[in-house]
Amino acid sequence: MIYDFFTNLFNNQIIGIIISAALPLLLFILPFVLVAVLMERKVSAHMQDRLGPMRVGYHGILQTVADLLKLLQKEDIVADVNDKPLFNLAPVIVFAGSYAAFAAIPFTGAYIGSNVDLGIIYIIAATGLVVAGILMSGWASNNKYTLLGAMRSAAQIISYEIPTILVVLSLIMITGTMNLETLSQMQTGYFWNWMILGGPGTGLDKFLFIPFTVIGFLVIYISTLAEVNRTPFDIPEAESELVSGYHTEYSGMKFSIFFLAEYANMFAVSAIVATLFFGGYQSPFGYLGNTLGAHWLIPIEQFFWFTVKGVFFVFVQMWLRWTLPRLRVDQLMAVCWKYLIPIAFVNLIIIGLITVL
Amino acid sequence: MKEYLNNIYSALFTIFVGMKVTFKHLFVPSVTIQYPDVKLDLPERERNRLYVNMDDCIGCDQCARACPVNCIEIETVKSLPEEDLGKTSNGKKKALWVTKFDIDIAKCCYCQLCVFPCPTECIYMTDVYEFSEFERNNLVYDFVTLTPDERVEKKINFEKFEAEKAAQKAAAAEAAAKAKAEKKEDNKE
Repeated sequence: MIYDFFTNLFNNQIIGIIISAALPLLLFILPFVLVAVLMERKVSAHMQDRLGPMRVGYHGILQTVADLLKLLQKEDIVADVNDKPLFNLAPVIVFAGSYAAFAAIPFTGAYIGSNVDLGIIYIIAATGLVVAGILMSGWASNNKYTLLGAMRSAAQIISYEIPTILVVLSLIMITGTMNLETLSQMQTGYFWNWMILGGPGTGLDKFLFIPFTVIGFLVIYISTLAEVNRTPFDIPEAESELVSGYHTEYSGMKFSIFFLAEYANMFAVSAIVATLFFGGYQSPFGYLGNTLGAHWLIPIEQFFWFTVKGVFFVFVQMWLRWTLPRLRVDQLMAVCWKYLIPIAFVNLIIIGLITVL
Repeated sequence: MKEYLNNIYSALFTIFVGMKVTFKHLFVPSVTIQYPDVKLDLPERERNRLYVNMDDCIGCDQCARACPVNCIEIETVKSLPEEDLGKTSNGKKKALWVTKFDIDIAKCCYCQLCVFPCPTECIYMTDVYEFSEFERNNLVYDFVTLTPDERVEKKINFEKFEAEKAAQKAAAAEAAAKAKAEKKEDNKE
């Protein structure tokens, strides 16, 4: 829709593509990162009975702006022994990988970057690019800590993609679609149509689905948490062991691109979880626009609900971060291979049987 | 199998217990003190920066002698008889011009030993504890109320007075010697 609008406006497809591709970055991700970094610091501070940043602006609300300005001014250091092409390319690839996920996420009923039928599978494939970027940065930095961090990160992300995909598969079995836009539209109406409560069906199978979708939600939430390298699965960064993991050697703008990618990723997986299980951009109790008869209001409301759900799951990620200690490497692998994958498999089979019934 | 399910249960259960704890702490009032804006009350007998009330100082040098690190330096000049320096607040008469009263607060060890011997209680600890400086020399505090010119003037005055006195004495001695000599001569005759 947006793409068509800009293409008609400028009468040029390339400009239309560029503008519609840059929209989520400029209008959503950058402001979101500014808010999320502050939120992270405030949430962590208040959970530890501190106040957090207080001096820049009212209660420190401009702290991230100040930090960003500082990062912009910093020297871009590239050491002599770094593998320069890979070193410079790595942040771009990491950010491109996490940004590519936003192409298939429906922000509102009116805006989706690309309405691909493979939606969710495309997102999982595109975020796989992040692993390549992280490995590149770890290798090119020529530093033992970055290499260790990158290796751990690769092992972790690849392992945890399996339970994610298994849960996504079980959802695909219920809904019969991989398109996130269609999936969101299926969950319209009230909150009992959300996938976590058995989806939009009305029969007995809707109620049979409920325990298994809840299990599926827990599994996918834990595994996506691991995929974005957040505590308790932050062994790739592990600041007490590895300085700061794969981005130890980066400074200035390149470091901030990694930072941006991390927070963009956090929102991407939260948005995916919200879209799969919590109705995406759908409101839990109908739309004000419908009641008032003002249909232009509906996309705005949808965007609001989408943001609220995404930010809520980001908040839960932060909440978990400041609650749980970091897992050991063997524990990390045990959680994935011994617990999440068998549970996801059994879940998949049971959901498959219910669907057949 | 039982252990496996038990592990899952205890993991989930303990995660939720932990999350409950941290969520409660979100609403606990923070313990942070916004330091430069809000300052804690110091204890009643805290020892911080020294201060000297020069109006009361009689220049007795007892604080400088009590100081274990020699951070106080005092020089005094006697006042002339016609000069009236006034009295201290507890009724002691001041007789000395204090021309130098330097405390090198960088050396000070905050032992408070200088405070007790002071007969007029003019040197004491204040509650100021933020006095960092970029130059170490700025930490040498000069408490003298006289201007540099006045200090020189007092010294010169006193020297002049001494010289006059010496001259008078010499004159008197000469006169006395003369008188004595005359007397002797008288006796001889």
